[in-house]
Amino acid sequence: MSAAEPVITCRNVWKLFGAGADRYLEMARGKSFDQIREDGYITAVRDVTLEVRRGELLVIMGLSGSGKSTLVRCMSRLNDITGGEIIVDGQNIMTLSERELIELRRRKMGMVFQSFGLLPHRTVLDNVAFPLEMRGQSSHDRRERAMEVIKLVGLQGREDYFPRELSGGQQQRVGIARSLAIEPDIWFLDEPFSALDPLIRREMQDEFLRLREMLGKTIVFITHDFDEALRLADRIAIMKDGAVEQCDTPDKIVLNPATDYVAKFTEKVEKSRVVHARGLCRPLNGHAVEGPSVSGDLTVLQLARQLVNEPREFLPVADTQGQIIGVMRRQDALDILLGPA
Amino acid sequence: MADTAVPLAKVERAGFVPGVAYALLAVAVLLAIARPWLPEVLVRVPDWMILPYEGWFQWFFDFLKDDLGLIHVTRAISAVLEWFLDATANLLYGKSRWPNIGPIPWTAIAAVAAVIGYGLGGWRLALLAGGTSVWVSLIGQWDLAMQTLSVIAVAAPAAFMIGLSLGILAWKSSRFEAIMRPTLAVLQTLPFFTYLLPAVIFFKVGPTAGCVATIVYAIPPMVLMTTLGLKKVPPEVVEAGLMSGSTRWQMLRHVYLPAARTEILVGVNQVIMLSLAMVVLTAFIGMPGLGAKLLALMNSLKLGRSFEIGVTIVLIAITLDRLSKAWIVKQPQHFMRGTPWWRRNQLLLVGIGLFIGLIIVAQFVQVADQLTRGQDLSMGSEIDDIIRGALANPTVDAATSWLRQVMITYILIPFRNAVLWLPSLSIILCLAAAGYAVGGRRSALLAGGFFAIVALTGWWDRAMITVYAVFSAVIIAMLIGLPLGILAARNKKWSEPILLVCDTAQTFPSFIYLIPAIMLFGVNDLSVIFAIVIFATVPLMRYTIEGIRNVPAELIEAAEMSGASRSQKLWKVQIPLALPTMAIGFNQAIMFAFFMVIIAAFIGTQDLGQELQKTLAGNQLGKNLVLGMCVALMALSFDHIIMRWSETRRKALGVA
Repeated sequence: MSAAEPVITCRNVWKLFGAGADRYLEMARGKSFDQIREDGYITAVRDVTLEVRRGELLVIMGLSGSGKSTLVRCMSRLNDITGGEIIVDGQNIMTLSERELIELRRRKMGMVFQSFGLLPHRTVLDNVAFPLEMRGQSSHDRRERAMEVIKLVGLQGREDYFPRELSGGQQQRVGIARSLAIEPDIWFLDEPFSALDPLIRREMQDEFLRLREMLGKTIVFITHDFDEALRLADRIAIMKDGAVEQCDTPDKIVLNPATDYVAKFTEKVEKSRVVHARGLCRPLNGHAVEGPSVSGDLTVLQLARQLVNEPREFLPVADTQGQIIGVMRRQDALDILLGPA
Repeated sequence: MADTAVPLAKVERAGFVPGVAYALLAVAVLLAIARPWLPEVLVRVPDWMILPYEGWFQWFFDFLKDDLGLIHVTRAISAVLEWFLDATANLLYGKSRWPNIGPIPWTAIAAVAAVIGYGLGGWRLALLAGGTSVWVSLIGQWDLAMQTLSVIAVAAPAAFMIGLSLGILAWKSSRFEAIMRPTLAVLQTLPFFTYLLPAVIFFKVGPTAGCVATIVYAIPPMVLMTTLGLKKVPPEVVEAGLMSGSTRWQMLRHVYLPAARTEILVGVNQVIMLSLAMVVLTAFIGMPGLGAKLLALMNSLKLGRSFEIGVTIVLIAITLDRLSKAWIVKQPQHFMRGTPWWRRNQLLLVGIGLFIGLIIVAQFVQVADQLTRGQDLSMGSEIDDIIRGALANPTVDAATSWLRQVMITYILIPFRNAVLWLPSLSIILCLAAAGYAVGGRRSALLAGGFFAIVALTGWWDRAMITVYAVFSAVIIAMLIGLPLGILAARNKKWSEPILLVCDTAQTFPSFIYLIPAIMLFGVNDLSVIFAIVIFATVPLMRYTIEGIRNVPAELIEAAEMSGASRSQKLWKVQIPLALPTMAIGFNQAIMFAFFMVIIAAFIGTQDLGQELQKTLAGNQLGKNLVLGMCVALMALSFDHIIMRWSETRRKALGVA
């Protein structure tokens, strides 16, 4: 997966809010968030460099005001960036004309919003068909396609309802269906489940994972909920004051938090639920491989019973195809399970 | 973000020196005391200082009209408007113009009104709309009402479209909005005579001019509501539209306008109600219809018929208001799949069916077509007798004459003389002091400056008579409205119906408030004041109730748990928190009063309104505009002071 080419590349992206931010940008470099605020500007995105790879699910995690929503809006050019560049599918999106930008959104991007962003005067069907209507598809085609995605998110039978007649969870299903109607390559989700009750949220996360499995899209998912991030992500980018503090796989973030700020999130996390055998895997380096291997996709917690009774000091770890990719030290895994001795 | 919060009061009143307001007030009082010894120059602006605004305006408008050829443009617009007006006139009351198929039988229109009522709000509205039509027809005022409605049918859609477009422009361009806002504020305070005369001069006399004046009068709220609605569209809905790849036009057409539906429909409601109010008033430029009839009847003191027309106007107002309000809250309903098309469009089909059916019936049954004289059930003369009888009743007569006597001799005339006696400078300084106290130097300059301009026009004395009428009426209205409002607000059982009555009363065209005034007190100052009092009490009560009821429940509970008695709760918690809202009611009362006092001109007042009315006859556009400007400036000055105070107070209290 790491070999996949990047779909979105952000290089030194800055986004400042305030009058004349373009001119101020040069002065802002090197100043702290608070210093910039004293000058009358708000730093929403600060020197962010990251890649989103084809087919991966990148979660951007941060508390409110950390700039995560702005960053994703820069990627879709709902916001114009102040400095740096963003390349989407080989095109620098800041150089696109209005026409080209509209075309990009009509063909390649879908987005889901925290408070759903449904058009109140349109039925479920018309909301889902909206992007298709915008690009001028015939009404028969768009009805067909809209019904397909409505079924996909499990709302068949509700297509003639108006948004106000649906529950929050159902409304977000409409939002999801709408964002998928055009079969986008890139799927943005901006805190899609934050406005929902905890039980519904869990259900929607499962539903989301199912869709993801099925569709295999490149996904940028925003959340302020660290547990949600751990649960869903291939990689997590943690943001604070507009800057990315750490961007890595959940295993590595939990095992090696890069900064104190990240450590504050990971402290309370039940590590054994997050860390996979793959994450503890070290190169063979001449270790003799003996006995049956464990799957790299299992968490330490899932392996707990085996670990406790395991006589071997080193356990071979296999990938999904059954190839041995390295070994895991039993003690490392036990430390994670029981806490360091 | 609590740490970014700055003490608001400090920032807003930059350059505020506490003593200045008092100093200004002190000078004003000193000038007033020293009045007898002051040289004439300090009492009134001397003649040689009076600026010839009149000539300037006249010159400017002549230039626009003749030299720039604006008159040709407006005449062209007139021609278009006239075509539409003729068409609606033909359909509704059979004026012999294209398409020459009218008049539509009244039963057909009544049926359609009832079906629309049913569609928007069920049986009750169907009954209201149908019932109003039946009443109008039975009372023998169908043609009059249709004359009025034929103008509204053209003016309201025109005002809607112009208002919507201007609103969109103001939302798109902040520079345009910066110009638009003060213009609208002035338009909303200009007395209606100032709408009428330019309309007559630039557009043809008759329905066209009336229609133009109505359109202009109805535009401002539409512009404001459109801009407000568009600004309120949730950002995520906008982003969803953008991410769906909408072009700018698609965004406006499919995202912004539908999402702003509620506010736009509120604008439509206001357009309709203002159109009705203004159409009735266009009677002053000779437009036929309910207003003209009412004016003629009141002039000849035919109280019974006036009363009937009053009821008609009120019923039409309530019907239009309720229907358009029902439209605001009406949400689209979805049908189950497989519902056949005739079921989906059931109401439309019923409406068309009834319409055509009744047109056919009317060919054979004369009463279904129109009621002729002698068939109507008007009881004008009987009601007239009853009213006269009741008023001639010795007790009633004694009471009203005593009230008239006491009010006029001991209160109104002395008050008026006092206002006239005061030096102009004294009053200007008072307003400047009030302005300074609420908003610092800028407000002081605005409030005082506006009155100074009035002084420089040379119409000061007339203007002060207007101010006197406004204030005596508003003070009486406060004495009635505030206690009633407070009482009503304390009891939920009362406040609901009273609010409903207030809201309904606010939709009546102002003109009809004169009917009871003239009935009770005849034609004099007191009836003018009385009419304004009724008109102005309504917003005072309404906002008092609203202000008190909107005090957060926790605060009331906190006061109760602190052991406050009912009156302590009222005076220490509810009223202080309700004051900013009550101030809005006070402001509206003053604006209403300014509006009403001008209308009352035809009763024979001596103020600016009277002079304004005279300009109508003489086509003196320059003078008309100067007088209109005086009224607008005075109203704006009060408006600024009160609204500014209310706003700062709100922020200080931290209530929304």
